[in-house]
Amino acid sequence: MRILLALILLASPVFAQQIGYPTAQEGVVPPRGVFAIRNARIVTVSGPDIENGTVVIRDGKIEAVGANVNIPSGAQTIDGNGLSVYPGMIDAGTNIGLVEVPQGANGTVDTSEVGELNPNAKAIVAVNPHSAHIAVTRVEGITNALTAPTGGLISGQAALINLLGTAPKEMAVVPQVALVINYPRIGFGGGGFGGFQQQQTANLSDILAANERQVDQIRKMLRDAEAYGRAQDAYAKDKSLPRPDRNVVLEPLVPYVRGEQPVMFRADREAEIRGAIKFAEEMKLKPIILGGNDAWKVANLLKEKNVPVILTGILSLPLREDDPYDALYENPAKLQAAGVRFCISTGDPGAEARNLAQYAGMAAAFGLSKADAVKAVTLYPAQIMNVADRLGSIEAGKMANLVVTDGDLLEIRSRIRYLFIDGRPVVLTSRHTELNDAFKNRK
Amino acid sequence: MKRFIAKLLFLAIIATLPLNAARAQRQTSQETLIRNATVLTVTRGTLENTDVLLRNGKIAGVGKNLNASADARIIDGTGKFVMPGIIDCHSHSMLDTINEGTLAVTSMVRTEDVLNPNDVDLYRELAGGVTTLNLLHGSANPIGGLNTVVKIKYGRPAREFLFPGAMPGIKFALGENVKRSSTPNLPGVARRYPNTRMGVEEVIRDAFTRARDYKRTWDEYRAAVKNDKNVMPPRRDLQLEPLVEILEGKRYVHAHCYIASEILMLISLADEFGFKIKTFQHALEGYKVAKEIAAHGAGASIFADSWAYKIEAYDAIPYNAAIMTRAGVIVSMNSDSDERARRLNIEAAKAMHWGDLTEEQALKLITLNPAIQLGIQERVGSIEVGKDADIAIWNGHPFSVYSRVDTTFVDGVVYFDRAQDLARRPELAKERTALELAEPNKPRPHGQSPQTPRRRPSGHEDDDMEKP
Repeated sequence: MRILLALILLASPVFAQQIGYPTAQEGVVPPRGVFAIRNARIVTVSGPDIENGTVVIRDGKIEAVGANVNIPSGAQTIDGNGLSVYPGMIDAGTNIGLVEVPQGANGTVDTSEVGELNPNAKAIVAVNPHSAHIAVTRVEGITNALTAPTGGLISGQAALINLLGTAPKEMAVVPQVALVINYPRIGFGGGGFGGFQQQQTANLSDILAANERQVDQIRKMLRDAEAYGRAQDAYAKDKSLPRPDRNVVLEPLVPYVRGEQPVMFRADREAEIRGAIKFAEEMKLKPIILGGNDAWKVANLLKEKNVPVILTGILSLPLREDDPYDALYENPAKLQAAGVRFCISTGDPGAEARNLAQYAGMAAAFGLSKADAVKAVTLYPAQIMNVADRLGSIEAGKMANLVVTDGDLLEIRSRIRYLFIDGRPVVLTSRHTELNDAFKNRK
Repeated sequence: MKRFIAKLLFLAIIATLPLNAARAQRQTSQETLIRNATVLTVTRGTLENTDVLLRNGKIAGVGKNLNASADARIIDGTGKFVMPGIIDCHSHSMLDTINEGTLAVTSMVRTEDVLNPNDVDLYRELAGGVTTLNLLHGSANPIGGLNTVVKIKYGRPAREFLFPGAMPGIKFALGENVKRSSTPNLPGVARRYPNTRMGVEEVIRDAFTRARDYKRTWDEYRAAVKNDKNVMPPRRDLQLEPLVEILEGKRYVHAHCYIASEILMLISLADEFGFKIKTFQHALEGYKVAKEIAAHGAGASIFADSWAYKIEAYDAIPYNAAIMTRAGVIVSMNSDSDERARRLNIEAAKAMHWGDLTEEQALKLITLNPAIQLGIQERVGSIEVGKDADIAIWNGHPFSVYSRVDTTFVDGVVYFDRAQDLARRPELAKERTALELAEPNKPRPHGQSPQTPRRRPSGHEDDDMEKP
């Protein structure tokens, strides 16, 4: 009986295509190995598409890609007939793994520290590898996410992770990929989080002064970090100097204030975007704008200063009543036309990051080319986060983060058929598929 | 004073900007022939190379080589898709206020009294092919206020929005919002009853027990007054009247709920009192009790997304639409958000991605099914001769992420047209710049900041007790 069942399973096309898939349950990381996807359309993203091509994966990396690639003996092979291979998508603006249930379950929320200045808060310390959001997201073809703390003025440091692993360390691609600063919003802070009511009643000069005080708080800490770095360097060279105390809050800031690592400024409105660019220039930082709803209004400046933007508001309502109805759908196309570097993110805490393709598709419905829309969720985020040598396209030597689909990557109706993260074949199950299986046949 | 007047003038102009825009583009219900399009009829399949004729606000013809009168507007539909206007069965657009949250039973309040026809989100929804909204009271109370079904006639007075013949309805709500789970305990302030799902059941039971007595009192009066004209009528009770209408089958219940147990509770209570739930709104765990929902004859109006944002949403799955549809439940996909309402086509397509609904089943989620849930299926929800000319023309298949709306008609009148919208932009930008440069709008170094028009916040409005 068991043999008969096994024969039936082997004969079924689904099973036949799943050769090499371990029967691992959620939480168990499948092993690497040698795999070949042959006879598929390969969307390399960095170069031209390859019809009927082959991708070879070995020990976590893409070993070869092309139209005439030999399949190594012993490779586990996937027939890609009718399928397309894309690089895994990257969502560069989430808090995935830092929060499970934002409302009513405070114990699951680890996004925001107490106080205004927390550069030492590191997302990689708190990211929960077993968050249900992670599998729900990856089975839709998103292999990587930037997960960032959110609180105060200096929120902390974001991590770039693979959406697979049982420990944060295993997941980390770059454990500290960027410093996250909430650029102070005019009209908020320095007298309460008043919103529009405050704007109508408070004195404008008071509001501006409060804003400047907040910027000063950030400035002071960054200057302190510069001094701290100089003192530590001086002592390292000359031990006869008085030994400066170590400071765990200032120390992580040193590479950022020296412009060695990028600083992400959350800023959506024109005034804040301009403010952040000016501030970064003054402090000689390497800025990235996170949010960027008004980036289309600041496109020339962003281009001139070569500041990239992680757009998180494609599906937000326009900021102003008299903005064009499609102002935010069109934002990527306008930035592309102006030569601004950008990528597209959901900006979602995590649960809905699975919809990343929809965000990119919407941008393509409103002016962005389909090819650029795919780049906006693959190669562009990799470039902005300085990991394009490892992620974002299908090229030999890169990390084997690949998605095999039965159609256009961004179309809602397309399905993910195979998924590789870090060269590991991932089982396409999640909390959602499990609940579906449990209840779909309830009589 | 001069400055004050200028400021007022500025506010007045800003307030009417979108209105002016709509007025400029609006045309009378001109006869319109859309030629050679792909028509998603919903009830009669997909028709290629087909014409659709709109006349006197109705669909007057669907077929090949239709003729129109000489002054008809002709639209070349080659490569375009025509589908029925999308119906959003859960919206709070154009409501100046959403929750009367002070009492557990507020069946005496009406959303119809707080319609704001100038809400710009209405225009944005038209641009997503939406033509009909079910405007629901919020979810702060087990028995909430009365709903309003509208056609989006943006730019017209509020009274013209009302959907003629739509079934009257009411909002019920269960679970965390009703328990006021997100409301902090303030010292010296008593918590509103109920505080548990047990109390929610009791509140509804109590209300219907009172309603049943009230109905009996009126029934007795009506019998008695036939014989004796001098019998005094009972005192009217505006809270209980709508509940009597529910018992008499004259008012639809739209019940906000999330988890399986509370759905079963309400079904059991409704069965006991002899009334029907028309829709379970959200019903995120509806898939766990699909057969019970189907057996009661209720529909479900749900999301594809919005899982895990609170505890009672943690078991929400995107396969919900498919599982319930297969169990025989009439399912619709709603927005409950001014943002999401602009892309319900994609939300419907998600039921093909997650759960393998057919294209026709998925289309019904945003057309015929919500029409049935609102009692307007004879008027809208499919493209058939005689139905209202509430349709949208798309530049590609509406289930493609790459598609967008070209033109939206309500009662045969154009309420959104992308070409006209684009053509108007340079002029609007010029006007805006002029206003920004106007003396009263310049920020002053030591004075008050210029006033900004008040904007109603958007989002998951149901769940935000603090919002106005």
